[in-house]
Amino acid sequence: MTPQLGQYFPLLIIMLMALVFSGLFIFLAFAFGPKNPDPNKLDVYECGVPATGDARHRFSVKFFIVAMIFLLFDVEVVFLFPWAILLKSFKSQGMGWEIFWPMAVFLGMLAVGLFYEWKRGALDWEK
Amino acid sequence: MEQLAITIHENYLWGAPLWAVNLIVMFGASAVVLMLFVAPFAGITSFVERRIAARIQDRIGPNRVGPQGILQFLADGIKSLMKEDLIPTDADKPLFILAPYLVFLGMFTTFVAIPFSSKLIVSDLNVGLLFIFATSAITAVGLVMAGWGSGSKWSMLGGMRAAAQIISYEIPTGLAALCVILLAGSLSLQTIIAGQGAYPWQWYLFNNPFNPLAFFILLASLVAEGNRAPFDLPEAESELVSGYNTEYSGMRFLFIFFAEWANLYIIGALVTVLFLGGWQIPVGVSEWAGGVASWFPQVLQFLTFFLKVLVFVFLIIQLRWTLPRVRMDQLMEICWKYLVPVAFVCVMGVALWMIIWPEGLPWMTYLLTAVAGLIVAYYCYRVIWQLRNTKATLEFNPFV
Repeated sequence: MTPQLGQYFPLLIIMLMALVFSGLFIFLAFAFGPKNPDPNKLDVYECGVPATGDARHRFSVKFFIVAMIFLLFDVEVVFLFPWAILLKSFKSQGMGWEIFWPMAVFLGMLAVGLFYEWKRGALDWEK
Repeated sequence: MEQLAITIHENYLWGAPLWAVNLIVMFGASAVVLMLFVAPFAGITSFVERRIAARIQDRIGPNRVGPQGILQFLADGIKSLMKEDLIPTDADKPLFILAPYLVFLGMFTTFVAIPFSSKLIVSDLNVGLLFIFATSAITAVGLVMAGWGSGSKWSMLGGMRAAAQIISYEIPTGLAALCVILLAGSLSLQTIIAGQGAYPWQWYLFNNPFNPLAFFILLASLVAEGNRAPFDLPEAESELVSGYNTEYSGMRFLFIFFAEWANLYIIGALVTVLFLGGWQIPVGVSEWAGGVASWFPQVLQFLTFFLKVLVFVFLIIQLRWTLPRVRMDQLMEICWKYLVPVAFVCVMGVALWMIIWPEGLPWMTYLLTAVAGLIVAYYCYRVIWQLRNTKATLEFNPFV
Protein backbone atom coordinates (compact mmCIF):
# COMPACT_ATOMS: atom_id res chain seq x y z
CA MET A 1 0.00 0.00 0.00
CA THR A 2 1.44 3.35 -0.95
CA PRO A 3 1.68 6.03 1.76
CA GLN A 4 -0.46 8.44 -0.26
CA LEU A 5 -3.28 5.98 -0.43
CA GLY A 6 -2.94 5.28 3.29
CA GLN A 7 -3.39 8.94 4.08
CA TYR A 8 -6.31 9.71 1.78
CA PHE A 9 -8.22 6.43 1.69
CA PRO A 10 -9.82 7.22 5.10
CA LEU A 11 -11.35 10.35 3.60
CA LEU A 12 -13.34 8.29 1.15
CA ILE A 13 -14.63 6.03 3.91
CA ILE A 14 -15.45 8.93 6.25
CA MET A 15 -17.30 10.74 3.46
CA LEU A 16 -19.29 7.58 2.70
CA MET A 17 -20.06 7.15 6.40
CA ALA A 18 -21.24 10.79 6.61
CA LEU A 19 -23.64 10.14 3.75
CA VAL A 20 -24.78 6.91 5.41
CA PHE A 21 -25.48 8.66 8.73
CA SER A 22 -27.41 11.55 7.23
CA GLY A 23 -29.21 9.25 4.79
CA LEU A 24 -30.20 6.92 7.61
CA PHE A 25 -31.70 9.65 9.76
CA ILE A 26 -33.48 11.35 6.89
CA PHE A 27 -34.90 7.96 5.87
CA LEU A 28 -36.04 7.36 9.48
CA ALA A 29 -37.79 10.72 9.47
CA PHE A 30 -39.41 9.74 6.18
CA ALA A 31 -40.50 6.42 7.68
CA PHE A 32 -41.85 7.76 10.99
CA GLY A 33 -43.27 11.09 9.95
CA PRO A 34 -46.88 11.62 8.85
CA LYS A 35 -47.54 11.93 5.13
CA ASN A 36 -50.53 14.04 4.28
CA PRO A 37 -49.46 16.62 1.70
CA ASP A 38 -51.73 19.48 0.86
CA PRO A 39 -51.34 22.09 -1.92
CA ASN A 40 -51.35 24.90 0.62
CA LYS A 41 -48.83 23.14 2.82
CA LEU A 42 -46.48 22.49 -0.06
CA ASP A 43 -46.65 26.08 -1.26
CA VAL A 44 -43.53 28.14 -0.58
CA TYR A 45 -43.62 30.42 2.43
CA GLU A 46 -44.31 34.06 1.71
CA CYS A 47 -45.56 35.40 5.03
CA GLY A 48 -48.92 33.67 4.71
CA VAL A 49 -50.17 35.25 1.50
CA PRO A 50 -50.21 33.23 -1.78
CA ALA A 51 -46.79 33.28 -3.39
CA THR A 52 -46.43 35.57 -6.40
CA GLY A 53 -44.05 35.11 -9.30
CA ASP A 54 -40.91 33.00 -9.52
CA ALA A 55 -38.37 33.18 -6.75
CA ARG A 56 -35.43 32.63 -9.10
CA HIS A 57 -35.41 36.08 -10.61
CA ARG A 58 -32.35 38.12 -11.52
CA PHE A 59 -30.23 39.26 -8.63
CA SER A 60 -27.86 42.13 -8.09
CA VAL A 61 -24.64 42.31 -10.08
CA LYS A 62 -22.80 43.11 -6.83
CA PHE A 63 -22.70 39.40 -6.04
CA PHE A 64 -20.88 38.71 -9.32
CA ILE A 65 -18.32 41.43 -8.58
CA VAL A 66 -17.65 39.90 -5.17
CA ALA A 67 -17.21 36.49 -6.81
CA MET A 68 -14.72 37.90 -9.32
CA ILE A 69 -12.64 39.67 -6.68
CA PHE A 70 -12.72 36.49 -4.61
CA LEU A 71 -11.35 34.43 -7.53
CA LEU A 72 -8.41 36.78 -7.95
CA PHE A 73 -7.49 36.85 -4.29
CA ASP A 74 -8.08 33.17 -3.69
CA VAL A 75 -5.71 32.17 -6.48
CA GLU A 76 -3.13 34.45 -4.93
CA VAL A 77 -3.62 32.99 -1.44
CA VAL A 78 -3.06 29.57 -2.99
CA PHE A 79 0.24 30.91 -4.40
CA LEU A 80 1.19 32.07 -0.92
CA PHE A 81 0.77 28.64 0.69
CA PRO A 82 3.85 26.89 -0.81
CA TRP A 83 5.89 30.05 -0.27
CA ALA A 84 4.89 30.16 3.39
CA ILE A 85 5.83 26.52 3.93
CA LEU A 86 9.24 26.97 2.33
CA LEU A 87 10.25 30.23 4.03
CA LYS A 88 11.46 28.53 7.21
CA SER A 89 13.77 26.09 5.44
CA PHE A 90 15.09 28.83 3.13
CA LYS A 91 15.88 30.96 6.16
CA SER A 92 17.74 28.11 7.86
CA GLN A 93 19.96 27.87 4.77
CA GLY A 94 20.63 31.61 4.92
CA MET A 95 18.49 32.54 1.91
CA GLY A 96 15.77 34.44 3.77
CA TRP A 97 15.90 37.63 1.68
CA GLU A 98 16.07 35.69 -1.59
CA ILE A 99 12.65 34.15 -0.91
CA PHE A 100 11.21 37.28 0.70
CA TRP A 101 11.69 39.80 -2.13
CA PRO A 102 9.91 37.98 -4.99
CA MET A 103 6.82 37.53 -2.83
CA ALA A 104 7.05 41.15 -1.63
CA VAL A 105 7.01 42.32 -5.27
CA PHE A 106 4.10 39.98 -6.09
CA LEU A 107 2.10 41.16 -3.08
CA GLY A 108 2.97 44.77 -3.89
CA MET A 109 1.39 44.36 -7.31
CA LEU A 110 -1.68 42.82 -5.70
CA ALA A 111 -1.85 45.67 -3.22
CA VAL A 112 -1.88 48.08 -6.16
CA GLY A 113 -4.74 46.02 -7.64
CA LEU A 114 -6.68 46.11 -4.39
CA PHE A 115 -6.09 49.87 -4.16
CA TYR A 116 -7.39 50.29 -7.73
CA GLU A 117 -10.53 48.25 -6.97
CA TRP A 118 -11.05 50.27 -3.85
CA LYS A 119 -10.79 53.60 -5.67
CA ARG A 120 -13.02 52.39 -8.52
CA GLY A 121 -15.67 51.54 -5.94
CA ALA A 122 -15.77 47.79 -6.58
CA LEU A 123 -15.54 47.20 -2.83
CA ASP A 124 -18.44 49.52 -2.00
CA TRP A 125 -21.66 47.58 -1.56
CA GLU A 126 -23.84 50.70 -1.61
CA LYS A 127 -23.00 53.35 -4.18
CA MET B 1 -10.46 -4.60 15.37
CA GLU B 2 -7.78 -6.51 13.46
CA GLN B 3 -9.63 -9.73 14.17
CA LEU B 4 -12.91 -8.29 12.93
CA ALA B 5 -11.26 -7.21 9.69
CA ILE B 6 -9.79 -10.68 9.15
CA THR B 7 -13.17 -12.29 9.85
CA ILE B 8 -14.95 -10.02 7.40
CA HIS B 9 -12.22 -10.57 4.85
CA GLU B 10 -12.38 -14.36 5.08
CA ASN B 11 -16.13 -14.72 5.23
CA TYR B 12 -17.60 -11.97 3.11
CA LEU B 13 -15.13 -10.11 0.90
CA TRP B 14 -12.68 -12.66 -0.52
CA GLY B 15 -12.01 -10.52 -3.57
CA ALA B 16 -10.82 -7.42 -1.73
CA PRO B 17 -7.23 -7.22 -0.48
CA LEU B 18 -6.80 -7.57 3.28
CA TRP B 19 -5.33 -4.09 3.85
CA ALA B 20 -8.35 -2.49 2.19
CA VAL B 21 -10.77 -4.42 4.40
CA ASN B 22 -8.63 -3.52 7.39
CA LEU B 23 -8.81 0.18 6.54
CA ILE B 24 -12.53 0.04 5.88
CA VAL B 25 -13.21 -1.55 9.26
CA MET B 26 -10.80 0.78 11.07
CA PHE B 27 -12.11 4.00 9.61
CA GLY B 28 -15.71 2.87 9.63
CA ALA B 29 -15.26 2.42 13.38
CA SER B 30 -13.59 5.81 13.73
CA ALA B 31 -16.45 7.41 11.79
CA VAL B 32 -18.89 5.91 14.29
CA VAL B 33 -16.76 7.17 17.20
CA LEU B 34 -16.61 10.64 15.63
CA MET B 35 -20.37 10.64 15.19
CA LEU B 36 -20.80 9.62 18.82
CA PHE B 37 -18.64 12.61 19.77
CA VAL B 38 -19.99 15.18 17.33
CA ALA B 39 -23.72 14.50 17.71
CA PRO B 40 -23.91 14.92 21.52
CA PHE B 41 -21.52 17.86 21.33
CA ALA B 42 -23.70 19.68 18.81
CA GLY B 43 -26.85 18.79 20.76
CA ILE B 44 -25.55 19.86 24.16
CA THR B 45 -24.08 23.03 22.65
CA SER B 46 -27.51 23.91 21.28
CA PHE B 47 -28.97 23.44 24.76
CA VAL B 48 -26.15 25.41 26.42
CA GLU B 49 -26.56 28.20 23.89
CA ARG B 50 -30.27 28.45 24.64
CA ARG B 51 -29.61 28.58 28.37
CA ILE B 52 -26.91 31.23 28.01
CA ALA B 53 -29.14 33.24 25.68
CA ALA B 54 -31.91 33.04 28.24
CA ARG B 55 -29.55 34.13 31.01
CA ILE B 56 -28.35 37.10 28.97
CA GLN B 57 -31.90 38.10 28.05
CA ASP B 58 -33.24 37.67 31.59
CA ARG B 59 -35.32 34.58 30.78
CA ILE B 60 -35.16 31.02 32.11
CA GLY B 61 -34.70 28.92 28.97
CA PRO B 62 -35.37 25.21 28.50
CA ASN B 63 -35.30 23.51 31.92
CA ARG B 64 -37.96 20.79 31.79
CA VAL B 65 -36.48 17.74 30.01
CA GLY B 66 -33.99 15.98 32.28
CA PRO B 67 -31.95 17.65 35.03
CA GLN B 68 -31.87 21.40 34.28
CA GLY B 69 -33.20 20.57 30.80
CA ILE B 70 -29.99 18.98 29.55
CA LEU B 71 -31.88 16.32 27.59
CA GLN B 72 -33.72 18.99 25.59
CA PHE B 73 -31.64 18.20 22.50
CA LEU B 74 -32.79 14.57 22.53
CA ALA B 75 -36.40 15.69 22.77
CA ASP B 76 -35.84 18.09 19.88
CA GLY B 77 -34.22 15.33 17.83
CA ILE B 78 -37.07 12.90 18.41
CA LYS B 79 -39.60 15.62 17.67
CA SER B 80 -38.05 16.49 14.33
CA LEU B 81 -37.84 12.77 13.55
CA MET B 82 -41.63 12.55 13.85
CA LYS B 83 -42.28 15.59 11.64
CA GLU B 84 -43.57 15.45 8.10
CA ASP B 85 -40.86 15.66 5.46
CA LEU B 86 -42.05 18.49 3.22
CA ILE B 87 -40.69 19.31 -0.23
CA PRO B 88 -42.32 22.45 -1.67
CA THR B 89 -43.86 22.17 -5.14
CA ASP B 90 -41.73 25.07 -6.41
CA ALA B 91 -38.52 23.46 -5.17
CA ASP B 92 -35.79 22.19 -7.47
CA LYS B 93 -36.06 18.67 -6.08
CA PRO B 94 -32.55 17.23 -6.61
CA LEU B 95 -30.89 20.37 -5.22
CA PHE B 96 -33.33 20.64 -2.34
CA ILE B 97 -32.77 17.03 -1.31
CA LEU B 98 -29.00 17.06 -1.80
CA ALA B 99 -28.28 20.28 0.13
CA PRO B 100 -28.53 19.01 3.75
CA TYR B 101 -26.31 16.02 2.83
CA LEU B 102 -23.64 18.35 1.49
CA VAL B 103 -23.83 20.65 4.51
CA PHE B 104 -23.42 17.69 6.85
CA LEU B 105 -20.71 16.10 4.68
CA GLY B 106 -18.63 19.28 4.68
CA MET B 107 -18.85 19.59 8.46
CA PHE B 108 -18.24 15.93 9.25
CA THR B 109 -15.28 15.40 6.89
CA THR B 110 -13.49 18.35 8.47
CA PHE B 111 -13.20 16.34 11.68
CA VAL B 112 -10.88 13.88 9.91
CA ALA B 113 -7.93 16.27 10.07
CA ILE B 114 -8.66 17.78 13.50
CA PRO B 115 -6.51 16.31 16.29
CA PHE B 116 -7.94 15.54 19.72
CA SER B 117 -4.63 14.59 21.36
CA SER B 118 -1.14 13.62 20.20
CA LYS B 119 -2.32 10.17 19.08
CA LEU B 120 -6.06 10.67 18.79
CA ILE B 121 -6.61 11.81 15.21
CA VAL B 122 -8.39 10.03 12.37
CA SER B 123 -5.73 10.90 9.80
CA ASP B 124 -2.90 13.41 10.14
CA LEU B 125 -2.95 14.73 6.57
CA ASN B 126 0.17 16.54 5.38
CA VAL B 127 -2.09 19.18 3.79
CA GLY B 128 -4.39 19.26 6.82
CA LEU B 129 -5.09 22.98 6.87
CA LEU B 130 -5.82 23.20 3.14
CA PHE B 131 -8.05 20.15 3.53
CA ILE B 132 -10.04 21.85 6.29
CA PHE B 133 -10.54 24.99 4.18
CA ALA B 134 -11.58 22.83 1.23
CA THR B 135 -14.15 20.79 3.15
CA SER B 136 -15.66 23.82 4.83
CA ALA B 137 -16.22 25.17 1.32
CA ILE B 138 -18.44 22.12 0.61
CA THR B 139 -20.75 23.47 3.31
CA ALA B 140 -20.99 26.76 1.42
CA VAL B 141 -21.99 24.90 -1.75
CA GLY B 142 -24.68 23.11 0.26
CA LEU B 143 -26.05 26.38 1.61
CA VAL B 144 -26.23 27.96 -1.86
CA MET B 145 -27.96 24.84 -3.16
CA ALA B 146 -30.45 25.01 -0.32
CA GLY B 147 -31.14 28.66 -1.08
CA TRP B 148 -31.53 28.20 -4.80
CA GLY B 149 -33.32 24.87 -4.64
CA SER B 150 -36.05 25.90 -2.22
CA GLY B 151 -37.80 28.15 -4.72
CA SER B 152 -38.65 30.65 -2.02
CA LYS B 153 -37.64 34.29 -2.16
CA TRP B 154 -36.36 34.26 1.41
CA SER B 155 -34.22 31.21 0.75
CA MET B 156 -32.90 32.68 -2.46
CA LEU B 157 -31.78 35.88 -0.74
CA GLY B 158 -30.26 33.89 2.12
CA GLY B 159 -28.39 31.59 -0.25
CA MET B 160 -26.96 34.50 -2.25
CA ARG B 161 -25.87 36.27 0.91
CA ALA B 162 -24.31 33.05 2.22
CA ALA B 163 -22.32 32.67 -1.00
CA ALA B 164 -21.05 36.26 -1.00
CA GLN B 165 -20.22 36.19 2.69
CA ILE B 166 -18.48 32.84 2.83
CA ILE B 167 -16.29 33.40 -0.22
CA SER B 168 -15.35 36.91 0.94
CA TYR B 169 -14.29 35.77 4.39
CA GLU B 170 -12.31 32.85 2.99
CA ILE B 171 -9.54 35.32 2.01
CA PRO B 172 -8.78 36.74 5.49
CA THR B 173 -9.08 33.21 6.94
CA GLY B 174 -6.41 31.91 4.59
CA LEU B 175 -4.14 34.91 5.08
CA ALA B 176 -4.38 34.78 8.88
CA ALA B 177 -3.62 31.06 8.82
CA LEU B 178 -0.55 31.82 6.69
CA CYS B 179 0.95 33.74 9.60
CA VAL B 180 1.13 30.46 11.51
CA ILE B 181 2.17 28.36 8.52
CA LEU B 182 5.16 30.65 8.06
CA LEU B 183 6.26 29.94 11.63
CA ALA B 184 5.51 26.20 11.56
CA GLY B 185 6.67 25.49 8.01
CA SER B 186 3.99 22.83 7.59
CA LEU B 187 0.29 22.38 6.88
CA SER B 188 -0.12 19.31 9.07
CA LEU B 189 -2.03 20.21 12.21
CA GLN B 190 0.03 17.87 14.42
CA THR B 191 3.28 19.47 13.21
CA ILE B 192 1.86 22.93 13.89
CA ILE B 193 0.97 21.90 17.45
CA ALA B 194 4.37 20.22 17.93
CA GLY B 195 6.03 23.56 17.13
CA GLN B 196 4.37 25.14 20.17
CA GLY B 197 4.58 24.49 23.89
CA ALA B 198 2.28 24.09 26.86
CA TYR B 199 2.79 27.54 28.36
CA PRO B 200 1.23 30.69 26.87
CA TRP B 201 4.58 32.28 26.01
CA GLN B 202 5.40 29.23 23.88
CA TRP B 203 2.24 29.62 21.77
CA TYR B 204 2.33 31.03 18.26
CA LEU B 205 -0.14 33.65 19.45
CA PHE B 206 2.58 35.58 21.29
CA ASN B 207 5.48 34.80 18.98
CA ASN B 208 5.51 38.27 17.42
CA PRO B 209 3.33 41.39 17.51
CA PHE B 210 1.59 40.48 14.23
CA ASN B 211 0.21 37.17 15.42
CA PRO B 212 -2.32 38.52 17.96
CA LEU B 213 -3.72 40.61 15.11
CA ALA B 214 -3.86 37.55 12.84
CA PHE B 215 -5.56 35.64 15.66
CA PHE B 216 -8.28 38.27 15.87
CA ILE B 217 -8.73 38.26 12.07
CA LEU B 218 -8.93 34.46 12.00
CA LEU B 219 -11.49 34.31 14.79
CA ALA B 220 -13.66 37.03 13.24
CA SER B 221 -13.62 35.54 9.76
CA LEU B 222 -14.24 31.99 11.02
CA VAL B 223 -17.28 33.26 12.92
CA ALA B 224 -18.43 34.94 9.71
CA GLU B 225 -17.84 31.77 7.69
CA GLY B 226 -19.88 29.78 10.18
CA ASN B 227 -22.80 32.23 9.67
CA ARG B 228 -22.82 33.13 13.33
CA ALA B 229 -23.96 36.45 14.73
CA PRO B 230 -22.95 39.27 14.45
CA PHE B 231 -22.38 38.05 10.87
CA ASP B 232 -25.50 35.88 10.51
CA LEU B 233 -26.83 37.77 7.48
CA PRO B 234 -27.76 34.62 5.48
CA GLU B 235 -30.26 33.50 8.11
CA ALA B 236 -31.15 36.88 9.60
CA GLU B 237 -34.39 35.98 11.36
CA SER B 238 -35.75 39.50 11.56
CA GLU B 239 -35.42 40.25 7.85
CA LEU B 240 -35.25 36.94 5.93
CA VAL B 241 -37.57 34.71 8.06
CA SER B 242 -34.87 32.04 8.33
CA GLY B 243 -32.81 32.52 5.16
CA TYR B 244 -31.72 29.46 3.22
CA ASN B 245 -33.46 26.99 5.54
CA THR B 246 -36.91 28.62 5.42
CA GLU B 247 -38.48 25.77 3.45
CA TYR B 248 -36.82 22.91 5.29
CA SER B 249 -38.66 20.82 7.85
CA GLY B 250 -38.02 17.91 10.15
CA MET B 251 -34.78 15.99 9.83
CA ARG B 252 -33.38 17.99 6.90
CA PHE B 253 -33.76 21.20 8.91
CA LEU B 254 -32.12 19.49 11.86
CA PHE B 255 -29.07 18.49 9.80
CA ILE B 256 -28.43 22.05 8.66
CA PHE B 257 -28.50 23.22 12.27
CA PHE B 258 -26.52 20.22 13.45
CA ALA B 259 -23.76 21.30 11.08
CA GLU B 260 -23.92 24.86 12.39
CA TRP B 261 -23.42 23.84 16.01
CA ALA B 262 -20.79 21.24 15.25
CA ASN B 263 -19.05 23.99 13.30
CA LEU B 264 -18.58 25.83 16.60
CA TYR B 265 -16.27 23.02 17.68
CA ILE B 266 -14.35 23.29 14.40
CA ILE B 267 -13.89 27.04 14.85
CA GLY B 268 -12.63 26.58 18.40
CA ALA B 269 -10.38 23.68 17.41
CA LEU B 270 -8.80 25.55 14.48
CA VAL B 271 -8.04 28.60 16.60
CA THR B 272 -6.66 26.39 19.37
CA VAL B 273 -4.45 24.41 17.00
CA LEU B 274 -3.05 27.41 15.16
CA PHE B 275 -2.49 29.88 17.96
CA LEU B 276 -3.08 28.36 21.40
CA GLY B 277 -0.79 25.34 21.47
CA GLY B 278 -3.44 22.67 20.80
CA TRP B 279 -3.19 19.70 23.16
CA GLN B 280 0.25 20.57 24.57
CA ILE B 281 0.65 19.86 28.29
CA PRO B 282 3.80 20.58 30.35
CA VAL B 283 6.49 17.92 29.97
CA GLY B 284 6.58 17.27 33.74
CA VAL B 285 2.85 16.60 33.86
CA SER B 286 3.09 14.39 30.80
CA GLU B 287 5.88 12.30 32.36
CA TRP B 288 4.01 11.98 35.64
CA ALA B 289 0.85 10.90 33.83
CA GLY B 290 2.82 8.47 31.70
CA GLY B 291 4.00 6.83 34.92
CA VAL B 292 0.39 6.30 36.04
CA ALA B 293 -0.84 4.68 32.84
CA SER B 294 0.13 4.83 29.18
CA TRP B 295 -3.25 6.26 28.14
CA PHE B 296 -3.36 8.88 30.88
CA PRO B 297 -1.30 11.59 29.07
CA GLN B 298 -3.64 11.25 26.10
CA VAL B 299 -6.65 11.88 28.32
CA LEU B 300 -5.00 14.97 29.82
CA GLN B 301 -4.11 16.24 26.35
CA PHE B 302 -7.66 15.68 25.18
CA LEU B 303 -9.06 17.54 28.19
CA THR B 304 -6.64 20.46 27.68
CA PHE B 305 -7.65 20.73 24.05
CA PHE B 306 -11.33 20.39 24.83
CA LEU B 307 -11.18 23.06 27.52
CA LYS B 308 -9.54 25.55 25.16
CA VAL B 309 -12.17 24.80 22.52
CA LEU B 310 -14.98 25.26 25.06
CA VAL B 311 -13.66 28.71 25.96
CA PHE B 312 -14.07 29.74 22.33
CA VAL B 313 -17.46 28.08 21.98
CA PHE B 314 -18.63 30.10 24.97
CA LEU B 315 -17.08 33.27 23.59
CA ILE B 316 -18.84 32.84 20.23
CA ILE B 317 -22.16 32.15 21.94
CA GLN B 318 -21.71 35.24 24.08
CA LEU B 319 -20.88 37.30 20.97
CA ARG B 320 -24.07 36.13 19.32
CA TRP B 321 -26.26 37.33 22.17
CA THR B 322 -24.34 40.53 22.87
CA LEU B 323 -23.64 42.20 19.54
CA PRO B 324 -26.24 43.51 17.07
CA ARG B 325 -26.17 42.19 13.52
CA VAL B 326 -24.10 44.13 10.98
CA ARG B 327 -25.59 45.35 7.67
CA MET B 328 -24.69 43.70 4.35
CA ASP B 329 -22.60 46.66 3.16
CA GLN B 330 -20.85 46.83 6.54
CA LEU B 331 -20.16 43.10 6.34
CA MET B 332 -18.42 43.46 2.98
CA GLU B 333 -16.59 46.58 4.11
CA ILE B 334 -15.24 44.87 7.24
CA CYS B 335 -13.91 42.05 5.10
CA TRP B 336 -12.42 43.80 2.08
CA LYS B 337 -11.41 47.17 3.53
CA TYR B 338 -10.18 46.14 6.96
CA LEU B 339 -9.51 42.42 7.41
CA VAL B 340 -7.89 41.69 4.02
CA PRO B 341 -5.40 44.61 3.98
CA VAL B 342 -4.50 44.10 7.64
CA ALA B 343 -4.05 40.37 7.04
CA PHE B 344 -1.67 41.14 4.15
CA VAL B 345 0.39 43.36 6.41
CA CYS B 346 0.41 40.58 9.02
CA VAL B 347 1.71 37.97 6.57
CA MET B 348 4.53 40.20 5.34
CA GLY B 349 5.23 41.33 8.91
CA VAL B 350 5.61 37.76 10.16
CA ALA B 351 7.87 36.92 7.20
CA LEU B 352 10.09 39.93 7.94
CA TRP B 353 10.12 39.11 11.63
CA MET B 354 11.23 35.55 10.87
CA ILE B 355 14.05 36.73 8.64
CA ILE B 356 15.31 39.39 11.05
CA TRP B 357 14.77 37.52 14.34
CA PRO B 358 14.52 33.80 13.48
CA GLU B 359 14.71 32.84 17.15
CA GLY B 360 12.11 35.42 18.21
CA LEU B 361 12.48 38.18 20.78
CA PRO B 362 11.87 36.87 24.33
CA TRP B 363 11.00 40.25 25.85
CA MET B 364 8.41 40.87 23.13
CA THR B 365 6.84 37.47 23.75
CA TYR B 366 6.64 38.06 27.50
CA LEU B 367 5.24 41.55 26.98
CA LEU B 368 2.50 40.28 24.66
CA THR B 369 1.68 37.45 27.06
CA ALA B 370 1.38 39.89 29.94
CA VAL B 371 -0.89 42.23 27.95
CA ALA B 372 -3.09 39.32 26.87
CA GLY B 373 -3.23 38.12 30.48
CA LEU B 374 -4.43 41.53 31.60
CA ILE B 375 -7.12 41.59 28.90
CA VAL B 376 -8.37 38.13 29.89
CA ALA B 377 -8.35 39.08 33.58
CA TYR B 378 -10.36 42.24 32.85
CA TYR B 379 -12.85 40.24 30.76
CA CYS B 380 -13.35 37.69 33.56
CA TYR B 381 -13.74 40.51 36.08
CA ARG B 382 -16.43 42.16 33.95
CA VAL B 383 -18.33 38.90 33.43
CA ILE B 384 -18.31 38.13 37.14
CA TRP B 385 -19.33 41.72 37.95
CA GLN B 386 -22.20 41.44 35.49
CA LEU B 387 -23.34 38.10 36.91
CA ARG B 388 -23.34 39.49 40.47
CA ASN B 389 -25.19 42.62 39.46
CA THR B 390 -28.01 40.83 37.65
CA LYS B 391 -28.51 38.11 40.24
CA ALA B 392 -31.03 40.07 42.30
CA THR B 393 -33.43 40.66 39.43
CA LEU B 394 -33.41 36.99 38.49
CA GLU B 395 -34.98 35.86 41.76
CA PHE B 396 -38.51 34.71 41.18
CA ASN B 397 -41.07 36.91 42.85
CA PRO B 398 -44.69 35.67 42.60
CA PHE B 399 -46.17 39.00 43.78
CA VAL B 400 -44.84 41.19 40.96
